[in-house]
Amino acid sequence: MATTQIVPAEKRQLKNHATPTQVLSNSLTMAYRGLLKFRRTPEQFFDVTLQPILFTSMFVVIFGGAIAGNVHNYLPTLIPGILVQTVVTASLVTGVQLREDMDKGVFNRFKSLPIARIAPLAGALLADTVRYAIAVTLTFGMGFLLGWRPEDGISGVIASGLLVIFFAWCISWIFAFFGVTAKSAAGVQGVSILILFPLTFLSNAFVPVATMPHWLRPFVNANPVSLLIGAVRQLASAGTIGHDFWFSLLGALVIVLIFAPLTVRAYMSKA
Amino acid sequence: MNQEKPQVLAVEAHGLVKVFGENRAVDGVDLIVPQGVIYGVLGPNGAGKSTVINMLATLLNADGGSAKIFGHDVFAHPQVVRQLIGVTGQSATVDELLSATENLTIFGRLLGLSHTAATRRADELLEEFDLQDAARKSLSKFSGGMRRRLDLAASLIVQPPLIFLDEPTTGLDPRTRNQLWETIRRLVRTGSTIVLTTQYLEEADQLADRIALIDHGRVVIEGTPDELKAAAGVTTLHLALTSEEDADSAKQVVEELLGVVAIKTGPMNISAPMTDPDSITDLLITIRNSRLHLAEVSVQKPSLDEVFLALTGTQNIQEGN
Repeated sequence: MATTQIVPAEKRQLKNHATPTQVLSNSLTMAYRGLLKFRRTPEQFFDVTLQPILFTSMFVVIFGGAIAGNVHNYLPTLIPGILVQTVVTASLVTGVQLREDMDKGVFNRFKSLPIARIAPLAGALLADTVRYAIAVTLTFGMGFLLGWRPEDGISGVIASGLLVIFFAWCISWIFAFFGVTAKSAAGVQGVSILILFPLTFLSNAFVPVATMPHWLRPFVNANPVSLLIGAVRQLASAGTIGHDFWFSLLGALVIVLIFAPLTVRAYMSKA
Repeated sequence: MNQEKPQVLAVEAHGLVKVFGENRAVDGVDLIVPQGVIYGVLGPNGAGKSTVINMLATLLNADGGSAKIFGHDVFAHPQVVRQLIGVTGQSATVDELLSATENLTIFGRLLGLSHTAATRRADELLEEFDLQDAARKSLSKFSGGMRRRLDLAASLIVQPPLIFLDEPTTGLDPRTRNQLWETIRRLVRTGSTIVLTTQYLEEADQLADRIALIDHGRVVIEGTPDELKAAAGVTTLHLALTSEEDADSAKQVVEELLGVVAIKTGPMNISAPMTDPDSITDLLITIRNSRLHLAEVSVQKPSLDEVFLALTGTQNIQEGN
């Protein structure tokens, strides 16, 4: 039987704070854990696989004629819209899954380990960018199948895809905050949908802003989701970076700066 | 002459309080655990054992009191304390969706081991805990005992000097429980200090060097298992007579001679507290001279069970007043 003596408490090197390197390394390990979990639970990918395929084809068929005259003309409007809607919805699921994950005992062990406090959250959110990437790829793929041909070629499409993934990661901190503070996964879903619906539908995702009531337009135009969709339309179709790009990026960063500290604090104070 | 420096205490907690709404789950608990011992925190379900452990293990903030682990303040320097402890059991556990190897490797990486070192340590621990055959299986296929062993292994990756075990053997079969006991004893031999909670008196009696009996969020009594048994006080004398009339007469004799209240535990059975073993000789002679016929005589020392019942029972009655 192994009886190597342990190092006594007095002789150990101890520090009370996590270094930036430790934060990064811990978060990456937690992200790796998230990816391993995906492999075991493929059902977590339903929303980012089925939704792009079903919604894209449905919306094209239903709205195409009414809004743009025909399906083909509607695609440049619809694809960025549905892309952003799908990915933002997927970031809501991040909050729900985080809540479910946190209810398991293993989160208690994470709390008892000398790791960066933010790592279990940051890691989970980081791993979820894989889900967003899948949604982006499938939505663009569906667009191509239905006849969408961006004028500027592949580079604008890729750049806009990356922008959407980054935006979704930022906005997922909102839902992570609900995930940490809510009592149950169902509660997270309920509150998050209340945030999600105005964000995605009071936007330029599916219909031109010009067709909306006057009083609604300022909100729709200032909605970060609208800005993101505008940025994606410009980037993917024309390969240009305009105001929408910078404003959506700024909006996303503001969200992270507000919600990441709030989320970590709520996570820390919760038993 | 004792040249040794006084060792810093593994756990030193004073007046710990935790309130959940109206319920004072932990109501002023003191806990002193020297290094290198197995310390048992014993108590019924809902006594506040896990809450105490969770506070000491930095998982829960206290509403009052202070706690130090190896001299480091738990609430001021939680990150330091986390480098000195391992937590296993109800309070901390493993990832259901991952394999045993993946679990241990991830914990190792989080604790700062390199990928190679983490993998090697995972293999070592799986072998030590006899889990190498199941290393790559999903945890859903694990038995309760295997899960518990993996759980413990996960707490030992960097060999912390203090290990909290929250009801480590609850729900395990006797054989697995004995294996786990052996592991716990082995850990102490390597210099670790163990604080374990348990509902089982036998477990505390078998393992613990010292025991704190907790009920309703308070420490009812603290000491070595023997001290606790002694505190429950009295040895009991049991007499069985051959007839009911004899039993009634014998009861009178016992009460007169020993000066205590005897209880009829059956139609022909009597029990009485026995403070002075010497008096039993007189008692037996008197019984014979009174022509009473004994069927059985026995003397019973208190078990830890009786200590438990006596002390936690009293506590309940006091609350009723």
